[in-house]
Amino acid sequence: MASNESFRNLFFEEAEDLLASLSDDLVRLNAGTSDNEIVHSIFRAVHSIKGSAGAFALDELVGFAHRYETVLDEVRSDRLELTPDLFRVVQRSADHLAVLVEAARTEQCTDRVVTDAALAALDACLGSNAADTAASSTEESDAPEQAPILDAPLFDFPALSLDIGDLMSASPQSYDICFRPHPALYENSHEPAFLISHLAELGTLEAEVDLSALPHWSAPEIVQPALSWNLRLATEAGREAIEEVFEFVDGLCDLTIDAKDDDMPEQNTQDGAASMSMADTTTALLDAAPPLLQADIDMTEAAAASKMPDAPRPTLRVDLDRIERLFNAVGELIINQSMIAQRVDDLQLTHDADMTVHVESYRLLARDIQEAVMAIRAQPVKPLFQRMSRIVREAADGTDKQAQLVMIGEGTEVDKTVIERLADPLTHMIRNSVDHGLETPEMRSANGKDPVGTIWLSAAHRSGSVVITIRDDGAGLDRDKVLGVAVKKGLVPADADLSETEIDNLIFLPGFSTASATSLLSGRGVGLDVVRTAVQSLGGRVNIVSRPGKGTEFTIALPLTLAVLDGMLISVGNISMLVPISAVLETIRPMAGEVQPVGPNEQLLSIRGRFVPVIDLAANLGIARAIDADAPMLLLLVETEARGTCALLVDRVHDQRQVVIKGLESNYGHVPGVSAATVLGDGQIALILDPDAIVEQTHGAGQRAVSPT
Amino acid sequence: MQNAADHSGEVEFVIFTSGGQSFSLDIRHVREIRGQSAVTPLPHAPEEVLGVTNLRGAVIPVFDLARCFALGVTADSERNVIVIAMNGTQTIGLLVQSVSEIVSFPRADIQDAPDMLGGSAQSHISGLVPLQEGMSRVIDLPSLIQRRMPVPA
Repeated sequence: MASNESFRNLFFEEAEDLLASLSDDLVRLNAGTSDNEIVHSIFRAVHSIKGSAGAFALDELVGFAHRYETVLDEVRSDRLELTPDLFRVVQRSADHLAVLVEAARTEQCTDRVVTDAALAALDACLGSNAADTAASSTEESDAPEQAPILDAPLFDFPALSLDIGDLMSASPQSYDICFRPHPALYENSHEPAFLISHLAELGTLEAEVDLSALPHWSAPEIVQPALSWNLRLATEAGREAIEEVFEFVDGLCDLTIDAKDDDMPEQNTQDGAASMSMADTTTALLDAAPPLLQADIDMTEAAAASKMPDAPRPTLRVDLDRIERLFNAVGELIINQSMIAQRVDDLQLTHDADMTVHVESYRLLARDIQEAVMAIRAQPVKPLFQRMSRIVREAADGTDKQAQLVMIGEGTEVDKTVIERLADPLTHMIRNSVDHGLETPEMRSANGKDPVGTIWLSAAHRSGSVVITIRDDGAGLDRDKVLGVAVKKGLVPADADLSETEIDNLIFLPGFSTASATSLLSGRGVGLDVVRTAVQSLGGRVNIVSRPGKGTEFTIALPLTLAVLDGMLISVGNISMLVPISAVLETIRPMAGEVQPVGPNEQLLSIRGRFVPVIDLAANLGIARAIDADAPMLLLLVETEARGTCALLVDRVHDQRQVVIKGLESNYGHVPGVSAATVLGDGQIALILDPDAIVEQTHGAGQRAVSPT
Repeated sequence: MQNAADHSGEVEFVIFTSGGQSFSLDIRHVREIRGQSAVTPLPHAPEEVLGVTNLRGAVIPVFDLARCFALGVTADSERNVIVIAMNGTQTIGLLVQSVSEIVSFPRADIQDAPDMLGGSAQSHISGLVPLQEGMSRVIDLPSLIQRRMPVPA
């Protein structure tokens, strides 16, 4: 069962890759590079998914993929013209295929109605004309219970591709192959049927089993394998390709391969033409089709390398656990390095001392290793972005708008975890852009805009962080309306004098939603505040810039990895802690009178005309203050989700540094107000504070008077 | 420990002193023994939890064993050691006064703790082993740690 499960996982991994390449191909097809090769490639991806899905009895997926494949086959054989309408269907079908794969992976039921609708759309494309051919190809290939490997050679296409012209020039060579398996072949779990079916993929194969050695049925025991095969293969793949098929059974069988006609037919076109003319034309053409398919498959990588600039580079699948282990070890190395550096520093050696030089090169090496390991976890945002193009299409359909997505910098690499946790907020924002950002086609036309709205989704690295922008060319924010809603909902006072940016940022407040009529898509009672929370939990920030009539741009700035954090080292009492830089607005030494007590325990800081609650970190964390109460206060102004801006009372602010994040959960558990820990240069552990949780806690429990002990 | 009923073979125990009493822990739970290192206190933690320390880059909690058994506070001393123990996948540290020896006992020699023991002694001691001078209390590590861990987030 376990191995079955691992096969299943493998299938979904592969399916994901195939869907990604499918998506890629669709984009290229969309871009107008109407290359038959791309349609082939799409076809192959769908076909591979179908084949493997069959092995797992995913009937709905197989059925849908099959119909999809049929339409693609019509397109690639030029019986169907790829009109914009048909392209839309092809694109939607790819979306639906992804949905079905995902549903199969999570073992959830899909909405049969949706699948039926998608199937109907595909059928509509086939029309009555093509229906016959489709039906015949259905019979031939609809064999989901068959092992995928056998599925391929069976899948003969009566249709001919245009590429047949190339084939005509090269003529197939015939080989007589005698294949006599040894007992060892069976002992090693090889299967002659598989080898022969592989061979059949190379060309036209006539197989004859030699039963002469078969003992009488009454023979007491059959020790020696009795079967052997005489095969005749017409192929242009060459002897090497045949030998390759038998590569793994080398030495486990008697094998002879004789070329029937040895005078290099590839060079001799006349000869080829002659043999061609002798054969029945139809048969020859039909026979020629499978090698085309095979050749295409073989060529995929080679062709990809030569034809496509963005060919996939060879990759290695590695268990995430192993990377985690490496990652942890490197984290320790970095800490060890800084500890050694600190000790050497304490020795106060001269700058040119051997030791100092070595420690410096150790530092550089350690950083190099750290960067290299981080790069392993980094993945391009492309798959995530591709998912977004589906979201745009769905959202546009749901709101009767027309929208296209333009992706920029999809090769930008970000930590895997960041990508995973970015999917939801990004989906939300993209939907939001289509739903609230873009106008209806009529309005756009009336305003002299292209009726098709554009959403730009871009990613780029900028000084140690990754910046993702979502820009639309819609109407921009209606600031009067935004302010009106905010006032009506009591989010801001009616007489508030807010700058344009401040008004724009109101949409991130919890409980804010501008859509006067909630739409099916984004009016789910969750607003952009959810997006902001998600981004902040990743240690990032989100901003908005809007130009009325021109559009809106959201910018998400994220750390490159979740394993490292930029923090401000502070101390409370004699304990050092870190506050994530992403939360820190500024540090303040308030003037006398700027901090006023309110009630017995609470204090408010007056800053630029606003009052901000002061939270005593020492009291909150139950730590004794090191500095007496009369000393000048040091406040850290932080931005929190729940309570807006708050001021944290700290004893000392040291410096800003990058630290490796260590979880507390695995060996201990969750500590209120603390998100994680890190190891400082001296080997001491410092806690990383979670300002939001601290504020929440203070708010929830009331400002508790914890008397310092 | 849990297999005290299984009367075959021998069990090795690490014997240490905490709060003036002798305690022992099945050696299979013990990963290593270290000198006392800097411990960072955790906010809102029970008083037995001294805080967290750095074990080669891993953050592990340190418990004051004496306080777990209500034997007062383990006073700062250069002889204090931290017993690094594994409880399943969790790694934790136990601050004790000193580690004396490793002793092997036939399983049959491990006696159940008498029912009359009350409080923390009853719940955290799984058995008793005889020593030349007196006896040692076998710690039930899972029980000791469990109630002091915060609820998983």
